[in-house]
Amino acid sequence: MFIYRNPVHAPNRSAIDRRTFLKVTAATSAGFTLGVFTRHIAAQDPVKVVGETAPEPIPPSAFVRIGSDNSVTVIVKHFEMGQGTYTGLPTLVADELDAAWSQIRVEGAPADAKRYGNLIWRKAFKMDAQGTGGSSAMANSFDQYRQAGAAARAMLVAAAAEQWKLPPQSIRVKNGVVFHASGKKATFGALADAAARQPVPQNPKLKDAKDFVYIGKRVPRTDSKAKATGSAMFTQDVNLPDMLTAVVAHPPRFGAKVKSFDAESAQRLPGVRHVVAVPNGVAVVATGFWTAKKARDALKIEWDEAGAIKSSSADILAEYKRLAGTPGTVARNDGDTGKALAGAARTFDAAYEFPYLAHATMEPMNCVVKLDADRCEIWNGEQFHTVDQMNVAQAVGLKPEQVFINQLFAGGSFGRRANPVSDYLVETAAIAKAVAATGKTGIPIKLVWTREDDMRAGFYRPAYYHTLKAGLDASGNIVAWEHRIVGQAIQAGTPFEPIMIRDGIDATSVEGAQNLPYAIANLKVDLHSPRVGVPVLWWRSVGSTHTAYSTETFIDELAAAAKKDPVEYRRALLTKEPRYVGVLDLAAEKAGWGKPLSAGKSGEKRGRGIAVHKSFDTYVAQVAEVSVKKDGTFTVDRVVCAVDCGIAVNPDVIRAQMEGGIGFGLAAALHSAITLKDGIVEQSNFHDYPPLRINEMPKVEVYIVASTENPTGVGEPGTPVVAPAVANALAAATGKRLRSLPLTLA
Amino acid sequence: MALLSINKEKLSVDVAGDTPLLWVLRDHLKLTGTKFGCGMALCGACTVHIDGQPTRSCTLPLAAVKPGVEITTIEGLKTREGKAIQTAWQKLDVPQCGYCQSGQVMTASALLARKKKPTDADIDSAMAGNVCRCATYVRIRAAIHEAARSLA
Repeated sequence: MFIYRNPVHAPNRSAIDRRTFLKVTAATSAGFTLGVFTRHIAAQDPVKVVGETAPEPIPPSAFVRIGSDNSVTVIVKHFEMGQGTYTGLPTLVADELDAAWSQIRVEGAPADAKRYGNLIWRKAFKMDAQGTGGSSAMANSFDQYRQAGAAARAMLVAAAAEQWKLPPQSIRVKNGVVFHASGKKATFGALADAAARQPVPQNPKLKDAKDFVYIGKRVPRTDSKAKATGSAMFTQDVNLPDMLTAVVAHPPRFGAKVKSFDAESAQRLPGVRHVVAVPNGVAVVATGFWTAKKARDALKIEWDEAGAIKSSSADILAEYKRLAGTPGTVARNDGDTGKALAGAARTFDAAYEFPYLAHATMEPMNCVVKLDADRCEIWNGEQFHTVDQMNVAQAVGLKPEQVFINQLFAGGSFGRRANPVSDYLVETAAIAKAVAATGKTGIPIKLVWTREDDMRAGFYRPAYYHTLKAGLDASGNIVAWEHRIVGQAIQAGTPFEPIMIRDGIDATSVEGAQNLPYAIANLKVDLHSPRVGVPVLWWRSVGSTHTAYSTETFIDELAAAAKKDPVEYRRALLTKEPRYVGVLDLAAEKAGWGKPLSAGKSGEKRGRGIAVHKSFDTYVAQVAEVSVKKDGTFTVDRVVCAVDCGIAVNPDVIRAQMEGGIGFGLAAALHSAITLKDGIVEQSNFHDYPPLRINEMPKVEVYIVASTENPTGVGEPGTPVVAPAVANALAAATGKRLRSLPLTLA
Repeated sequence: MALLSINKEKLSVDVAGDTPLLWVLRDHLKLTGTKFGCGMALCGACTVHIDGQPTRSCTLPLAAVKPGVEITTIEGLKTREGKAIQTAWQKLDVPQCGYCQSGQVMTASALLARKKKPTDADIDSAMAGNVCRCATYVRIRAAIHEAARSLA
């Protein structure tokens, strides 16, 4: 039913794409400085600083095309990494257009930040930037894609009115058919040409919620068939004429560089075409992966480790603990915590340790680049169009508008593919440039990282150390709360630093802690952001991956100390936060909170725990049930999840994201840690960085709060809540409070 | 030169014998439905059927493929169980990113061929070698039951 335009067989973008291409000039300074991304430079830049002004009108044809074959093609500006955006955004168009769902086709948008920029980023960063992240796809597209659908519908109606010589108000559209009470009717396809000649309505009327036909109901995902039959096209699957495959030897330690290398034994292997030095290693370029990998493994490389990081995880943690003993930069300071603590009846302290985490997407990072004299074409599961265009342009000496991107399905991301320094894309471009320098221009180069390359390439969720201190009065009420966070700022040292780090506070380090919703009169959050040198990046739900854990387990501990029910205790502190209370109550009710848990197997203890957290403006509460064996091993048996994400555009996709987010969070809670030993990453593959497997997946129930608020994202917010819910359940079962991740009782 | 029977087609490939079957399929025969995930038989994304048995192709050198065996990839999955699994996968919208799903479908269809009415425990045991980082496991379980029902 759904047909994807396959960019691999249609490498030439239409003229209109080129004309309307991102009109920014290349940043000219060395390194990967993205001048236009920093506000102070942007002011002097030819690029217009936007965001305070309304965006220029974008024709509906940028988002929807109606074919004479009666197809409705929705051009989706966000990439599909599993979160369902290739279904959600077409749903908005289909609804306002009154199309039949079977008419819908999906096409990934080209790189064009003016048309396809992320409107939430536009507001935040004051510039047009295209990309996916922060669970913003639905939130920033909800009006835009509905307007495109409504405009296209009005044009179809106008065309029918003209042909039938009837007033447009008398014409209706339902399920892909334009019709009139007189019996006249036409398909979209039959009206497509005439509709295209109609004036574009500037402010088409959007439907009232009661008239939605798809929004709020399940429509089937547009990508399930391709993904169930193996025909979905990922970057790994790109085959182009004359394409060569590159495998790279990276330095064993972050910050090391190539000193010298001996390629002789590598070059002897049949099929090896080039061995080239690139900024972060040595690349072997061969006729296929296996040859390239064997040759890569045969390289003899001497590394210059003068600038290399040689720390171990234990050293980093020790330094973080030392820093935690000193005041940090204050992110929030309500009342007077010092005074309140001094006057408290009882005080409580806790410290929490969080390791580095790899994203470990199922598809290891990879990219295809075809570099010609005046054009660089990329095939990628593309998350960060504008940034990648700039970084790649700089790497190959072209302008950003000369970098063309073919959007493919991404085999997961979890944040990994949105990298301010475009690491793997730039690496592919550098290889293509080195190959071109040998006289072979225009040879498509496919970079393939092995699982080990991917696991050891860095860009981890940072390791963090938290301390929490609270004071309770004689009745168990919280009178003071002090939260100190120590860990690398994700954007420190990147071109994003000026916009993400304000007044010394990295927003992504403190989100979820700084905006703690509980009504506590004396509340302080401070931060240390040491520079460590391990490359770090956002990881599904970002700051909330650690702040939700420390805050939600600590509040649970305080509830226990106050001898209060954990749900009641939270609710009493959330009287001004109805949406938190909404999910808290719904999860508790559906989980049977307050009723006894069924007994476990003989010798097993059972426990139930709750946690609630908001991330990316979506509220999630989860109740976890665990069984603990005598030897301390445990299983997570059931997770009941309540979510409030505003209007539930596609409830089934929301459920799927909660299920998957819970599984992803549980993998980290139970298993995941990237550790360094003398600067070397100790993990390499799924045996020492174990993923969650099906036998560990709990039963999951998802309940959605009915809402008329504008929709917010669901890709990330399910993830951070499960670890504290499980830890609280383990505490309920055993009395033990776990403060180090991954969780272990044994 | 090796002779292979893949998806009921006899093919000859001129590839080094140490090349894993996965890369013969992907790079030489352009059968890209079978995925590369780990290279160590740890994730199951590369699962194919060899004489009906789910097999990790990433660690199986071409030279070790026994003569005369029938290799089935996701592109050639035509069995009743395979079709039922793929239908159930769509009905329940199992895939998210989808990268592991070829392997999941191959393992699940082999399970159904062996066991008409698998329990949750049967499913967990048969599918534990197939990793899904999107954690679509809840739906994988449900879809296997759904496929089993559809064939009953």
